[in-house]
Amino acid sequence: MSILVSKDTKVLVQGLTGGEGSFHTRQMLEYGTGIVAGVTPGRGGEKFNGNVPVFNTAEEAVNSTGANASVVFVPAPFAADAVLEAAACGLDLIVCITEGIPTLDMVRVKQFLQGRETRLIGPNCPGVITPGACKLGIMPGFIHQPGRVGVVSRSGTLTYEAVWQLTERGIGQSTCIGIGGDPVVGTTHLDALKLFNDDPDTDVVLMIGEIGGTAEEEAAAYAKEHMDKPVVAFIAGRTAPPGRRMGHAGAIISGGVGTAQSKIEFLRRAGVTVAESPAEIGQVLATVL
Amino acid sequence: MLCIRELFRWGIFLKIHEYQAKQILKTFGVPVPAGEPCTSSDQVAELGAKLLEAGKPLVVKAQIHAGGRGKGGGIKLVKTVREAVSAARQLLGSKLITPQTGPEGRLVSRILVEQGIDIESELYAGITFDRATIRDVFMVSTEGGVEIEKVAAKTPEKIHKEYIDPIFGINTYQARSLAYKLNLAPEVTKEAAKVFLSLYAAYRAKEASLAEINPLVVTGEGTVLALDAKMNFDDNALFRQKEVAAMRDPGEEDPLEREANEFGLNYIKLNGNVGCMVNGAGLAMATMDIIKQAGGEPANFLDVGGSANAETVGNGFRIICKDPNVGAVLINIFGGIVRCDRVARGVVETLGNLKTDMPVVVRLQGTNAEEGKKIIEEAELGFRWADTLKKAAQMAVQATSSSAPGGAR
Repeated sequence: MSILVSKDTKVLVQGLTGGEGSFHTRQMLEYGTGIVAGVTPGRGGEKFNGNVPVFNTAEEAVNSTGANASVVFVPAPFAADAVLEAAACGLDLIVCITEGIPTLDMVRVKQFLQGRETRLIGPNCPGVITPGACKLGIMPGFIHQPGRVGVVSRSGTLTYEAVWQLTERGIGQSTCIGIGGDPVVGTTHLDALKLFNDDPDTDVVLMIGEIGGTAEEEAAAYAKEHMDKPVVAFIAGRTAPPGRRMGHAGAIISGGVGTAQSKIEFLRRAGVTVAESPAEIGQVLATVL
Repeated sequence: MLCIRELFRWGIFLKIHEYQAKQILKTFGVPVPAGEPCTSSDQVAELGAKLLEAGKPLVVKAQIHAGGRGKGGGIKLVKTVREAVSAARQLLGSKLITPQTGPEGRLVSRILVEQGIDIESELYAGITFDRATIRDVFMVSTEGGVEIEKVAAKTPEKIHKEYIDPIFGINTYQARSLAYKLNLAPEVTKEAAKVFLSLYAAYRAKEASLAEINPLVVTGEGTVLALDAKMNFDDNALFRQKEVAAMRDPGEEDPLEREANEFGLNYIKLNGNVGCMVNGAGLAMATMDIIKQAGGEPANFLDVGGSANAETVGNGFRIICKDPNVGAVLINIFGGIVRCDRVARGVVETLGNLKTDMPVVVRLQGTNAEEGKKIIEEAELGFRWADTLKKAAQMAVQATSSSAPGGAR
């Protein structure tokens, strides 16, 4: 049954009438995503593509169409507000594609979401896809194939690369989640691993991480304690020079963690199979099937 | 040390000069020494005469975006206006080399001239955002004036922290609690708490990603004052922080990086000889990794972003080739939103016009990859096509060893 999105997901697109929004809405419709409404303030009453009704507010859209998920293409200065609007309507899932949202805006969003049932994916992410069923985002649909590997990643195109390596080997995916790489994100690697662990249709999880922070370590620690499904990982940034400090205070916070090597070692100790090369992600994953 | 990746993911934080940070802090009520920035020795002479008080020295400080200025000779203590002018002449227009600038140093085009301060003790105060807790963390220490990472590594118990909800802001008790940790005289404790409230107010109002006072000094008169100041800002918030955005100093940026920035490209110059152009930061990092695994060294990080069209590809390529170390260029684009045939057409169009003899390896995968391959191969411009990431890296590394080394070009 996969996670987060399925054939039954009724999707609302916020920022539908913008350039990005309309282009990707067409792509999502082509993929078979159940897009039921769009929201652009001031454009209420229009029809997109001849059949998708556009509303001025998310509330109207939800009341008229029963939408239970949203994908956000609203420009950065207004994107956080769009997420808040969708969350206030009690949607199950919000996928925020927008890049460049101020950190402080995301802190507000995180607080607003606390104690609510709404799950946020992103921002600054490619979105989420259950191959063959529902695509909520900007990833190329055709590289995916239905199957039983769950994919979670901080990156965009690197995820496509990894998924493509799986599909080329005939290894399908249950759901692929791009969680985004901003300082404050709605869903973390750890959250995604929990979801995949509870999903009877996922057998293996592929986690694509990057240097910096401790999100991958936290997820791996959980996997070691609670998961009986194998986890395969790739960490990008082994060659990134540790130059250009952000500032003293920042370095103290991150406590010296976050080099690719320390991360890889931590993951291995937690029982995660780590691919050494980005060209070998598919190959390594095939070994645990 | 934070890594390159973090800068990309979390914004390339706008940095400003010490004098600018002090201007901001002053408007929020943080006491700073009397002083002003100068760009000429004439200005220094005029300002020096105004600032000089009997028995008190003047301080001349080079304004560059790098730490360790004291060690590099960028901070000079002088007793007379004449000495101040001579220090200014020495610094202005010179390249200052500090432990953080690299061997090439940084051009000093501005200095800050301030009244000297009678220092009783040196403290540390800094605020930044902690992703793990989604809180601001306010840190203070009695060990000011030294590298705070060293304090954190050797004596972490000497760093005191308060976590602050950015939405609520700092509570007075938190500032007080931090101040009491510093074992100051009662009157000074009050002053310090006030400074902490002001520092946080400035950090929060300007949407800084870092605000640091090191050292925060207690003066002989028992007042508390910011002897140095450093602020970085959330780039994503600059659209509404106009005053901060105007403080950007393009002179402090690497010329190639600045040029790339103007074209909307994420470029960081590195030390290797394999240039690379990739769409997406994660894939760009992975491409650098695989170049290294193939036995080469990446010359740069370049993310052309979501719209890898003829223009961005051309601009990216020109910038990569301006680095004299580059012996081959690897173009790795995964076509998602951007179609490979369009990227291929862009590559052929712009690179064909450039008439470059630079070895170019092209690897396009994803949407319309086959059409892209056809366009590249039919163009007969000598581009080498690679189907896989591994092959592409190997071919690019090989091309650098068979082509003339950068210097001889």
